[in-house]
Amino acid sequence: MGFPDRIERTVRIERPVEDVWAAITTAEGLAAWFGQRAEIDLRLGGVATLRWDEGHVANLRIERIEAPTVFGYTWGIFGLPDGDPRRTYVELTLAPDGAGTILTVAESGFAQLAPDEHDTSFHGNTEGWRSELDELVAYLRG
Amino acid sequence: MAELPSEAIAEAVFAALADGNRRAILAELSASGPATATELAAALPITRQGIAKHLALLTDAGLVSPEPGEGRRVRYRLQSGPMRVAQQFMAALARDWDEPLSALKSHLDRR
Repeated sequence: MGFPDRIERTVRIERPVEDVWAAITTAEGLAAWFGQRAEIDLRLGGVATLRWDEGHVANLRIERIEAPTVFGYTWGIFGLPDGDPRRTYVELTLAPDGAGTILTVAESGFAQLAPDEHDTSFHGNTEGWRSELDELVAYLRG
Repeated sequence: MAELPSEAIAEAVFAALADGNRRAILAELSASGPATATELAAALPITRQGIAKHLALLTDAGLVSPEPGEGRRVRYRLQSGPMRVAQQFMAALARDWDEPLSALKSHLDRR
């Protein structure tokens, strides 16, 4: 296994769990440290959108909410085209530690890819582009 | 290609990309679309023999596919699938959690 499927980081923050929860699950909180602008519809299946000033946009689909200790979402993989079905799963876990909080971020799914998914996404996309271009050509030819 | 585990696909991509002439061929196919070996030899400072050798390797790696062109000429088309598998591996290396977590920590710690 030359590359990680899962990456994990842990930090200790000198604030109670509730404050950290607000920082990761509210638009105001997210905009203060993650994106420069943020919107969030905090419910299962809801979407959070993070925008950075240089133009990057991340769309998070919320998959798990156990206030105030677990927040999980999926998002697209950086560098893949918009609309690529592959997403990684990010889970933020909060645990009280004295007066502070231990925050763990685990992101997984970088290497997960079943052979039939290959097949579908490869040929699906290739064929998709080819037929879209064919349709465009047909349209332009009138 | 579909049966290969993603690790093997990524390895073939990185091996292909390790050579400057092969990168040039892939870049040309990406920029200008499908082309024959003759067209590639005309567009790039690589001999016709060198182009043929590299196209054979790129075909084995699944990065290009030969298809019938006009007459008996074979055109080579870029295949993006293996590249996207390699990109997915690289995404783990490119993901930066250290910077945002450090920003979160300093945002909350200073309040």
